[in-house]
Amino acid sequence: MQINIILAGVGGQGILTIAAVIDLAALQSGLIVRQAEVHGMSQRGGAVQSHLRIADQEIYSDLIAEGTANLILSVEPLEALRYLPFLASEGRIVTSTDLFINMEGYPAMEHIHAELHRTNRPVLVNAAELARKAGNPRTSNMVMLGAAAPFTGLASQELEASIEKLFRAKGDEIVAMNIRAFRTGKALSQPQASNT
Amino acid sequence: MNKQLLLGAEAIALGALDAGISGVYAYPGTPSTEITEYIQKNSGRRDHPVRSAWSANEKTAYEAALGMSYAGKRTLVCMKHVGLNVAADAFINSAITGVNGGLVVAVADDPSMHSSQNEQDSRVYGKFAMVPVVEPASQQELYDVTRYAFDLSESVELPVLLRLTTRLAHSRAGVKSTATRIQNPLNALYAPERFVLMPHNARRQYNNLLGMQERLEELSEQSSLNRLIPGSGKMGLLAFGIAFNYVMEVRQACGLNFPILKIGHYPLPRKQIEALFNTCETILVAEEGYPVYEELLRGYFGLQNGKQIKGRLDGTLPRAGELNADSVAHALGVTKKEVLAVPSIMVNRPPELCKGCGHRDLYEALNTVMRSCKEQHVFSDIGCYTLGALAPYNAIHTCVDMGASITMAKGAADAGLRPAVAVIGDSTFTHSGMTGLLDAINDHSPLTVIIADNDTTAMTGGQNSSANGSKLQAICLGLGVEEAHLRTIIPLKSHLAENIEVLRQEINWDGVSVVIAVRECIETAARKKRNPSANV
Ligand code: SF4
Repeated sequence: MQINIILAGVGGQGILTIAAVIDLAALQSGLIVRQAEVHGMSQRGGAVQSHLRIADQEIYSDLIAEGTANLILSVEPLEALRYLPFLASEGRIVTSTDLFINMEGYPAMEHIHAELHRTNRPVLVNAAELARKAGNPRTSNMVMLGAAAPFTGLASQELEASIEKLFRAKGDEIVAMNIRAFRTGKALSQPQASNT
Repeated sequence: MNKQLLLGAEAIALGALDAGISGVYAYPGTPSTEITEYIQKNSGRRDHPVRSAWSANEKTAYEAALGMSYAGKRTLVCMKHVGLNVAADAFINSAITGVNGGLVVAVADDPSMHSSQNEQDSRVYGKFAMVPVVEPASQQELYDVTRYAFDLSESVELPVLLRLTTRLAHSRAGVKSTATRIQNPLNALYAPERFVLMPHNARRQYNNLLGMQERLEELSEQSSLNRLIPGSGKMGLLAFGIAFNYVMEVRQACGLNFPILKIGHYPLPRKQIEALFNTCETILVAEEGYPVYEELLRGYFGLQNGKQIKGRLDGTLPRAGELNADSVAHALGVTKKEVLAVPSIMVNRPPELCKGCGHRDLYEALNTVMRSCKEQHVFSDIGCYTLGALAPYNAIHTCVDMGASITMAKGAADAGLRPAVAVIGDSTFTHSGMTGLLDAINDHSPLTVIIADNDTTAMTGGQNSSANGSKLQAICLGLGVEEAHLRTIIPLKSHLAENIEVLRQEINWDGVSVVIAVRECIETAARKKRNPSANV
């Protein structure tokens, strides 16, 4: 078993929290993890990505090779497209549709949609709205993680256990809110996760 | 013991703590910062204290580490690759004096320049200083090798350079640790014949160092970091550092079976390389960094005894930038599979100053003043404020190395440029700006230095800086800045008009002036609020 995930977003959007949950769940499942992340200059509002690899045997490269990502999980729709060369032919994109515009020449949403739909059944998630419905707009990353969960090869119980572990220090309320967000995301994508 | 998920940088930190260091010395710099941060966060739980506060720059860090080693204790010193340029004087000479307590210098290179001005390869420095260099390829190796490097340093009485690159520093994997070794006792070395580098001593010590080289090579031959992964075929791979990972990835994914000599301990293990050369017709040299050893193996005239050497120099691998499994696959002739292209609608998303950052207000005021000047050059430096080079501000026109804003402005002023304006951060000023300001004062070079004092080293994540606020003022006055031309402004929207006025006055004044723009980094302020106990 080997799952390659590209996490994408904009510096400051918190994709490393998503990575931390997946890492922990994979480790708890007895799997091997390598997760390359970006620190430094691009964290200031630039494009950031993390290569996350999970396997049941030794992983050599910290980076994912082109055409081998099973999943691109993006918290911003344009950022999902930036890493298309990494996507495997059967790979899936799970992306938030919430725009983050902090530069010139941001393309029209319909063009972004068209490009996304050129890939294999993309899962589009109105994360901010779902997070609000789940109780707090700040949980949108957990909505995204939930939406991506069926494609990670990891059991949802493990992912939820990791969310609990990571947020425990902030109190039961915060844990429950994040789990709720996770489940909302998962409910949205589960029907789209069936066999291709 | 259980595995913990650690960044490569953190694996070094844990390895050093478990190896019994008494101190770490460092100046922050991507991708090395997290080594020291991990020690700062975790050393409190140890039985014996480990000193870990930030140093003013890499040179002061290195020299302090050498002093701790002189006193018999183990010490780690960390920096990014360009930091070793700053510490180079101390580093090279410490190979001549040798060390007492184990001294390991962890240097993180940044091939592809993710967050740097160049992609220099620190292995060159290791060769230059003639000290052992270790270059692990995985997070676990980083942990194990850090521990080993301290033993090695003490056994050969030399500093050991531990080289890593961005990818490994900033990638997480499970790491197993082993029992902690207790710290060395205080045991200062009275050895002026080694440590007083007057020519007669230096010559003898240098000869000792030359005499050591054979033994160092012997140690490389025995090192587990240099090992052959047997295979078959006419092509052999020489894989250095984390290039090994990419080579193994391709070998596994494509079902190939070429022999690989993994290199992670220098000087080169000559016999092992010879053995690989004897069994292969073609050697692909994969180095994560400069083609340092490829060049050496090719020889000046490109003669290789009938063997073909491929690598970065003949274009088999790209000459610049970090390697990856794709570039290695290409070099091995694996046909590339079709992949999706980045859509044509894609646009870059460059980094930017945070919304609400004081640097924004500073640049707005400065741009207003500069627009009215005939010459509009602003010399700047390294930090978040470097982002002022990008739209919408386009406010600065140089960024070369730590401290160069002031000294370049001085040189330009000496050449007749008016006004000569420098923008530098508080941390960069104490790192390497103060001496340049002293030059300008002594030389009466008319320039205006703007110190953007945000009370932190912001770009690397908000570490304490060596001086800010009143301490910065005292430094400037002490260096000889006239009190009337040492001004303070607060870069806030509401102060725009008065800030413009102060900047205009000082920029128009024909002498040395300093304007300190004081406003805390909002990111650091927010972090302190979330976690009041964290002061690093
Ligand atoms: S981290 Fe601080 S100094 Fe850097 S851009 Fe953000 S607010 Fe400004």
